[in-house]
Amino acid sequence: MGLQGTAAIVGIAELKPEKKPTGPEMFSIEQWAQLARLALLDAGLRPGDVNGLVTSAVMESAMFAPATVAEYLGMEVDYAEHVDLGGATAAGMIWRAASAIELGIADVVVCALPGAMTPQPPDAPPAMDGWLYGASSNAYGSPQAEFEIPYGNIAQNSGYSQIANRYGEEFGYDPRALAKIAVDQRTNACANPEALFYGKPLTIDDVLNSPMIADPLHMLEIVMPVSGGAAVVLASREKAAQTPHRPVWLSGFGERLAFKTPTYAADLVRTPIGPAADTAFGMAGVSREDIDMVSIYDCYTIAVLLAIEDAGFCGKGEGMDFINAHDLTFEGDFPCNTHGGQLSFGQTGMAGGLSHVTEGARQIMGRAAGNQMARCDTVFVSGNGGIMSEQVALILRGD
Amino acid sequence: MDFEKPLPVATATSKPFWEALTRHEVQIQQCADCQAWIYYPRAFCPECLSPKLEWKQISGKGTLYSFTIARRPTAPFWADEVPQLIVVVELDEGPRLTSTLCNVEEGDIRVGMRLQPVFDDVSGKDVTLLRYEAE
Repeated sequence: MGLQGTAAIVGIAELKPEKKPTGPEMFSIEQWAQLARLALLDAGLRPGDVNGLVTSAVMESAMFAPATVAEYLGMEVDYAEHVDLGGATAAGMIWRAASAIELGIADVVVCALPGAMTPQPPDAPPAMDGWLYGASSNAYGSPQAEFEIPYGNIAQNSGYSQIANRYGEEFGYDPRALAKIAVDQRTNACANPEALFYGKPLTIDDVLNSPMIADPLHMLEIVMPVSGGAAVVLASREKAAQTPHRPVWLSGFGERLAFKTPTYAADLVRTPIGPAADTAFGMAGVSREDIDMVSIYDCYTIAVLLAIEDAGFCGKGEGMDFINAHDLTFEGDFPCNTHGGQLSFGQTGMAGGLSHVTEGARQIMGRAAGNQMARCDTVFVSGNGGIMSEQVALILRGD
Repeated sequence: MDFEKPLPVATATSKPFWEALTRHEVQIQQCADCQAWIYYPRAFCPECLSPKLEWKQISGKGTLYSFTIARRPTAPFWADEVPQLIVVVELDEGPRLTSTLCNVEEGDIRVGMRLQPVFDDVSGKDVTLLRYEAE
């Protein structure tokens, strides 16, 4: 059952994260085209080779996103998909693309996630709902509009602090261990010139002295959304043989989602990444010990802790000791988010999730910068949507 | 900019819940087929998808499952309520709900503490929110 591992990432593109965009504003479809162009150039493939595309929402069209993208790129494809899994969208795109390739319905698939602001129409008031309610829906009949928003239970900080407080009650809470996640990732970012926080080292005390946003979450344990974008090209074994880089095979995946608002999670601190990771490892036929690097969706430090535990890299409740006992840097004994993670590389909107995939591919291809690992053949990638609600696990391997 | 706080708009499905709150009563649904207690109100049981759901009066009491102390407003509407004490309450019947905590010192908030309803009649509006305080 599952993938045979015959579809590979063969090209990547990633824009440098920026707090204030320096380039011209572009619509989503324009960004999509730019990112697809760069990723295809990286793979040494031509636009005419593409016969599949995977997209998320595009700002210019609330419906028919894949057709809008295909038309704009001038592509006729045999496979088109719209993935809507929040922060897990990127990882969710990769296994869908690989599955289509293994099924034989496409042999070159582009996945792209624009991550920059789009131009606003002249003379029109800015749309407010996204700014006010974030990922929560205030539409009539939406459970969130009726039972969450009136109590102010919106935005991610609220849910992640509920997770952290519940975790503390069940297992204890060591703020220094959580802060160390951000610090080790910053060390990685300081070896990666593409990272937003390159050249800005961080200490545990810096993290703990940053403002408390929602107890026990400090400002420096929370991602800051910035501008950017990323794309990945996947190809069949035959097409991969024609490309210049070491192919990065997708050998296993798992996906699990169960709720939108964490109030309704069966268990707030035993998250859906557990079953997703078990499926991925089982499919790939590799063990946790085989993993050279973990690329874990890190919107918050607590999200990394829970993923390390629930994906089985240590026992439940042992995550804080595990973090304290291991060096999470690219030179360490448990390399985690070697690009800096979204905390220090930058959360480039939806593309931030794709940065975990591109970094895994970069390490396996041997194309990272000063943060290149001595050896990296097998990577665990996680995608996390909403508030630990949508979870995707991927296993990437080099030959 | 002036932000009027967003309030719930009852639907045909949820109307009995909100109407009970205006009478300072808590009613939630129970599935007539599998006996599951249900929150939030639904047209179909989330355990067995049965449409045979019955409204039952409950005490509304429960325990604190987890909480948020938001020191920055979660949105501009609540700038005047910081720190917001957002809680997840586990009702004695089992389901969990979202609410806020009142009449409590920050340092006294504990996971597992017993809670009872506070009926907050929103001034000038025909709606009552279900808030909580220590039992």
